[in-house]
Amino acid sequence: MSFLRRRKGTDSSKSQNLRCNIVKEDEKNNLYESPRKESYNSKKWSCWDKGLTVNHPVVFVPGIVTGGLELWEGHQCAEGLFRKRLWGGSFGELYKRLEVIREASIKLTDFYMKLIPLCWAQHMSLDNETGLDPPGIRVRPVSGLVAADYFAAGYFVWAVLIANLAQIGYEEKTMYMAAYDWRLSFQNTEVRDQTLSRIKSNIELMVATNGGKKVVVIPHSMGVLYFLHFMKWVEAPPPMGGGGGSEWCAKHIKAVMNIGGPFLGVPKSVSGLFSVEARDIAIARTFAPGFLDKDVFGLQTFQHLMRMTRTWDSTMSMIPKGGETIWGGLDWSPEGSSFNSGAKTLRNNSINNTDQIPNINLANMKNVNYGRIISFGKDVAEAHSSKIERVDLLDSMKADMLANLTNCDIWIEYHDIGDHRIKAVADYKVYTAGSILDLLHFVSPKLMARGGAHFSYGIADNLDDPKYQHYKYWSNPLETKLPDAPDMEIYSMYGVGIPTERAYVYKVTTATDCSIPFQIDTSAEGGSEDSCLKGGVFSADGDETVPVLSAGLMAAKGWRGKTRFNPSGIPTYIREYSHAPPANLLEGRGTQSGAHVDIMGNFALIEDVIRVAAGATGKELGGDHVYSYIFKWAERINLQL
Amino acid sequence: MASVLRFRKLCYVESAVKCTSVGYESFEIDEKLDKKEEDVLSANNFALEINKKRKQPKRQPKEWRCLDSCCWIIGYLCTTWWLLLFFYHCLPVTLLRVPELPGPGVRLKREGLTALHPVVLVPGIVTGGLELWEGRPCADGLFRKRLWGGGSFTQIFKRPLCLLEHLSLHYETGLDPQGIRVRAVPGLVGADYFAPGYFVWAVLIENLAKIGYEGKNLHMAAYDWRLSFQNTEIRDHALTRLKSKIELMYISNGYKKVVAVPHSMGVIYFLHFLKWVETPPPMGGGGGPGWCAKHIKAVMNIGPAFLGVPKAVSNLFSAEGKDVSYIRAMAPGVFDSEILGLQTFERVMRMARTWDSIVSLLPKGGEVIWGNMDRSPEEGHVCDFSKKSHSKTSLTTNNVNNSDVKRGFLVKDLANYGRIISFGKPASVLHSSKLPTADSKEYSRTSTSENFNNFSCGEAWTEYDEMSRQSIQNVAADKAYTTTTLLDLLRFVAPKMMRRAEAHFSHGIAENLDDPKYNHYKYWSNPLETKLSDAPDMEIYCMYGVGIPTERSYVYKLSPNSRCKSIPYQIDNSVHGEDGSCLKGGVYFADGDESVPVLSAGFMCAKGWRGRTRFNPSGIATYIREYRHKPPTSLMEGRGIESGSHVDIMGNFALIEDIMRVAAGATGDEIGGDQIHSDIIKMSERINLGL
Repeated sequence: MSFLRRRKGTDSSKSQNLRCNIVKEDEKNNLYESPRKESYNSKKWSCWDKGLTVNHPVVFVPGIVTGGLELWEGHQCAEGLFRKRLWGGSFGELYKRLEVIREASIKLTDFYMKLIPLCWAQHMSLDNETGLDPPGIRVRPVSGLVAADYFAAGYFVWAVLIANLAQIGYEEKTMYMAAYDWRLSFQNTEVRDQTLSRIKSNIELMVATNGGKKVVVIPHSMGVLYFLHFMKWVEAPPPMGGGGGSEWCAKHIKAVMNIGGPFLGVPKSVSGLFSVEARDIAIARTFAPGFLDKDVFGLQTFQHLMRMTRTWDSTMSMIPKGGETIWGGLDWSPEGSSFNSGAKTLRNNSINNTDQIPNINLANMKNVNYGRIISFGKDVAEAHSSKIERVDLLDSMKADMLANLTNCDIWIEYHDIGDHRIKAVADYKVYTAGSILDLLHFVSPKLMARGGAHFSYGIADNLDDPKYQHYKYWSNPLETKLPDAPDMEIYSMYGVGIPTERAYVYKVTTATDCSIPFQIDTSAEGGSEDSCLKGGVFSADGDETVPVLSAGLMAAKGWRGKTRFNPSGIPTYIREYSHAPPANLLEGRGTQSGAHVDIMGNFALIEDVIRVAAGATGKELGGDHVYSYIFKWAERINLQL
Repeated sequence: MASVLRFRKLCYVESAVKCTSVGYESFEIDEKLDKKEEDVLSANNFALEINKKRKQPKRQPKEWRCLDSCCWIIGYLCTTWWLLLFFYHCLPVTLLRVPELPGPGVRLKREGLTALHPVVLVPGIVTGGLELWEGRPCADGLFRKRLWGGGSFTQIFKRPLCLLEHLSLHYETGLDPQGIRVRAVPGLVGADYFAPGYFVWAVLIENLAKIGYEGKNLHMAAYDWRLSFQNTEIRDHALTRLKSKIELMYISNGYKKVVAVPHSMGVIYFLHFLKWVETPPPMGGGGGPGWCAKHIKAVMNIGPAFLGVPKAVSNLFSAEGKDVSYIRAMAPGVFDSEILGLQTFERVMRMARTWDSIVSLLPKGGEVIWGNMDRSPEEGHVCDFSKKSHSKTSLTTNNVNNSDVKRGFLVKDLANYGRIISFGKPASVLHSSKLPTADSKEYSRTSTSENFNNFSCGEAWTEYDEMSRQSIQNVAADKAYTTTTLLDLLRFVAPKMMRRAEAHFSHGIAENLDDPKYNHYKYWSNPLETKLSDAPDMEIYCMYGVGIPTERSYVYKLSPNSRCKSIPYQIDNSVHGEDGSCLKGGVYFADGDESVPVLSAGFMCAKGWRGRTRFNPSGIATYIREYRHKPPTSLMEGRGIESGSHVDIMGNFALIEDIMRVAAGATGDEIGGDQIHSDIIKMSERINLGL
């Protein structure tokens, strides 16, 4: 093992970074010479000596939104788009058509502008009842590495990692992109496309053709939950499972390297479901400005988007799990104080260090009630729970259900519920992670009924209860046991140091009938500059999308050692990467970024992945690598293990 | 659209106005219109210069007029060019696309056909895409970009030598050269389009999708078509992947057997696979004797090159043939550019000779199948290049009569198809007894001492450079070669290549198929040296186009110049037969689909495997489906919906319909059994093969 030899000389990660920085400088020079798009593509981890070679096959599991989708069958309006990307890639053909028509026919604008984006939204939507294809439309995931290497032209997702792995000899036969339709609920990908079976068969094939070397799995974002689901599915007996037997994971998987994994959900998904105001949409908007901004949908852009995203079951997989135990109640939260972006020191083994955490910071700040994921009005968000008057939601549910059906031509469930119910929602004032479920059930019963059949958000009291054999629990780490594979390793790798949405301040809009009745109260600002309340959003530490709590808790506490969630004692490692914004424009999206998607271009993370793929264990990487207070927060959480 | 019209009007008005004014002002329009058009600008500068020169001799009106009209022409050309460009960009994308005719998919869907059997597509040679995984510095920035097929070749136009270097394999091993990894593009994109707008599988895929096919029951078995078949397994595990994929599709589609649709060389690749999968490891896939019977419903071979193609001979011998000219047409920049100079062919030949797969396409079965010096199975074939009317009338008469009519036409210089290479026209026509006979095996390559070429030419590119002039002439003196002696010839002119490739392929006929030597993989892709697997329910289709003259044998000559690094032989394009003769430009043509002669495509289905034979012990049913070539009637049809040519047949609606019906569950008898237009049955009767 040549890298071991290398390690003898440099056991501190600092000197490594130093060397790598030098190389990066060289690359910058290259960039100056030829600042073309490809040059970013060819960014290589050139720190490597020749020593590392292909060892374990690698499986990528892309997350939500990043995977490409293509059209296989569509309505009249999508003629000529057969097998063209509807999502991801470059959005090419579709967007081009739009552009061309816009330029050429100014008179007809109104007609086309309405038609084409509507056509797109129509094809991207799923059936509202079943969560599967609507009749006459088949949109399928793109397969192969091209599925998620770039999200849009020049906006890499997996490309940098793939390029670096190829440097040490990986190629198509040793790399596999487990592309799946990220709009579907996890079990439905198997029902409709047999995706899970394909992944199983491909992993078996790769293990067989690479001399019995186990695979290293690298899921990202929602792919983390998807793969968790897969590991349960593959060992469960048919017809519900894949029938791989109880030793399948032990035989086939060396390590699961979760990148930015929302194990316990993301608060962002709540705002997404509640009122479509998450930043994912904002990302989409920057890529396809024509679609979303330019009055394309008229004033009803958001409603259309909401209607589309609400047909996607997968968004419900990321609703915060574990309720108040994990995410905090009305008056407490594991994070306690506000997000402090100043102190960024490496805190390995921070269980010992918890005393040293500067309490001054805590005293300075107002205690932030992160536990209240949604509150109506800023004052409510900050008041103590005893001072808040709440009207019980259930009471108002009993109230008259005669909804005044509006004439809106678009369908969202908000129009099925009456004004007074909207008022009731606002009157309840404050919602924690537990009551948020009630809220969603209240405002969109059909959606939650569909989602409830596929996902569960609780904490299991007794994991041996036979009901937990149902697939809806498989993607919730708090309601499943890890497989019996003591040699496997689980990594939680995520960025820290970026303010991440954690809780929201909402207001009721008094606008027209056909708009969404709730909005984030963007006028709510914190008092001081350090305050973590900005534009109606309370931020905590995280990677811009996933809070540290969700990404790290399972590895820090839930699965650490032999627990009831991890009966065979699979070793877990936390690898945090402190966010450093790109130093200059030429670096593109940064080689030290910690942001949710940009972290895939983080050289330190790529180094870790490559070394594990080449055969290293978590101990050899250096074990835990922690910047945040995750261990301290984990202690505050009263989770029975 | 209104605004466009308005703008166009404006342009016209403007240019009209300008035209009335003094001549040399015309360039101003262009400058106004588009400054980015560098061509326009440079042209204008040119015009300006001429104008400047012109100003001085104002007194000579005649010369003045000449120059003036020159400027006018340049100005007009630039303006029209720019206008055309402008309108091209203004047109909506939908109008630019050739309106697609509704394929049979829509109709069959209405009939109620739905996806039943999973479908595996196996692409042929040249059509599969290749992408770069590791390369030399000259290919920087092309990581995971297409080197071959698919998207645009534009990137590679800029560095043609780099392309040739990366597409070549190692001459000794037939695997990757040091430091270069070029791999097949996986998935349907691997071979749906060869170049933008030039479909290969796309039409078939689209029609299959109409009745419900999608990623989970449609698979493209992409492989690196440059390698020998067994090497695709050794390097990329391509066969193992295909096996696993078929098993997965079989299980996940409710235990429905797979319909395989190989094309061109994919046919013999798949034949190799069928043997490989049932053979025990380590040489085979270990699927066990029942694997094919369990997993495969039908093999629908499109344009099958079962017994090889004569074209491969000319390709290896002198890098000529239509494939090359076809590539040249597709990528003029690569092969005709100044960079390569006059040595294009040599470089291409050097590259092509590193590809083992081309050797797999050499004619198989020797003189028994392809004919000897004086007889060939196609004897009496009438070539009617120009007589379209004749072929039309013959369509109406029935088959037997038709061939009788042809007999009557029997021409003076009978085509000796059996002589696959002859030197000089007389050698191709004369009776064998009059030919000087010499055995090429007598030649020795001991002439290295007199090998002065090597010193003067530096690096040896092709193995021809290692041959002395004397031995080159000896080869030509031998006059005529049949398929059997041809192999000796190739062994003589390119010993290293043949040594490498013959470890992977064999071109003979088996005497005794139970001989244990036939368990070796090099025999698996030769239908005359393997038994079909024991799968009586399986069906084998031979589907190919007929009615296009197809290269069958060649007349060669020594190339005039004895320059360094030139290929010493070339096809004698000056040789033409009389009217009605099959000889044109040094090539004898026979019936076929432009690449594969009918004999090679149809013989196995017509005779070799028909019924229970020693090649087909379990009596697998075979069907011949021929499609008569009809050129596209109008431009709108693109490459034709009734084409029979080797690649274009993939867009033939009749063929697509057959495939879809079988995929949806029909058997060969249900789609109409045999459908024969050519003389294939007669030809195979003439072939004396022990069954």
